[in-house]
Parts: sequence; C-alpha cells; structure tokens
Amino acid sequence: MATAEELKQRIEAGIPGASAEVDSTDDVHFNARIVADAFSGLSRIQQHQLVYRLFEPGELGGPIHALSLRTETP
Amino acid sequence: MSEQTENPLRDAIAEAIDQNDVILFMKGSPEQPACGFSARTVAALQATGAPFAAVDVLPDPRIRQELSAISNWPTIPQLFVDGELVGGADIVTEMYETGELAEVLGVEPPAEAPAQAPAPEAPAGAPPLQIENRLA
Repeated sequence: MATAEELKQRIEAGIPGASAEVDSTDDVHFNARIVADAFSGLSRIQQHQLVYRLFEPGELGGPIHALSLRTETP
Repeated sequence: MSEQTENPLRDAIAEAIDQNDVILFMKGSPEQPACGFSARTVAALQATGAPFAAVDVLPDPRIRQELSAISNWPTIPQLFVDGELVGGADIVTEMYETGELAEVLGVEPPAEAPAQAPAPEAPAGAPPLQIENRLA
C-alpha cells in the first residue's frame, strides 16, 4: 500500500527538479499534478511515460489501482 | 518487412491497431464500461461523434499484457488513432476539453462543446458505428 506522500517523494526523486502534488482518499486511487522542466519538449504521452517509468511492471493497475496524471512545464 | 513473431496474440493486437483508424482498448464495452476511466474516455470519444472500434481487455489478462508491451503504456484505457497511441483517460479527457481530440479524430468539435468533459453517465451523442472485438 502506498501513500500520497510516498508517491510524491518517489516522483520528485525520480524526475530531478520535479514538483509533485499527490492526493488520494483511499491510498489506491491517486491524483498527481507534476510540474517539471524535464517535460519540456515532450509530448503528453512521453511526459506520462516518464512518470510511469518510476513504477514496477504491474504496480499500476495492481496495488496502485489508478494514478491520474496532469503534467506541466514550469 | 514482415517478421513472424511467435506471439499470435500480440500480432492480433498489432493488426487491430493497424487496421482501425480509431481503436479504444478498454475495460468493458462502450455500452457498459467496467471502470470509471474507461467510461470517461468513451464519453469523450462519443461526444466528438467520431466512430471508433473498441476492444474489451477483461476477457483475457494476456490482452492487457501484450497491449502494454506494444504501447509502453501500463494502464487501461488506451486510445490509438492512425496506429499511434494518443493516450489514456487523462490525456483523452484533457484533449477533449481543449478541442484537440476532435482535431486528431478529424471531426468538427461540437459547436456547444462544454468546458468540462462530459460525465460518463450523460447522454453522449451517437453510439459508436463499429464495435469490434476480434481478440475475445
């Protein structure tokens, strides 16, 4: 079981310079808003893939049932 | 280059993506989505009025595994247009709200497009013209 705070730390550690706001009401479904320079020049698909890369295969859709993403550049 | 892989299911999925201009891999059917994210994506697509094919990934867990291996995208739903992954529920919803979705689908954005994506349970335009499930 993950918490919103753990996901925030994982995202910020995995994407240098990223700033993440993560919330969850049940520790299974998460909403994340991530602002990062690293997203510059990437398509939305690529931006989300950059985040998905921080998760183990099967983790999303498994223990983390859903991670809703909104990615932005500063 | 026609390379025969040892993976008929992956080939069938790749072929479905290739042969349908707009294809949505989802949980459940457009009439009966089995997940809120799939429902939201279907509602956005239907609101554009563009026809789309839909594949339910639930009948066989391998569909989802093979699909994610092809697309490098871990979650369901996944929308493909002209053979390219457009995104999952978040991206499709965002693109609907900005009008990009209609643009990508080659249809006119609805004149009175609401600022927010339609709620899944809202009546959402014409039903998809073709629903295929070649993979079941």
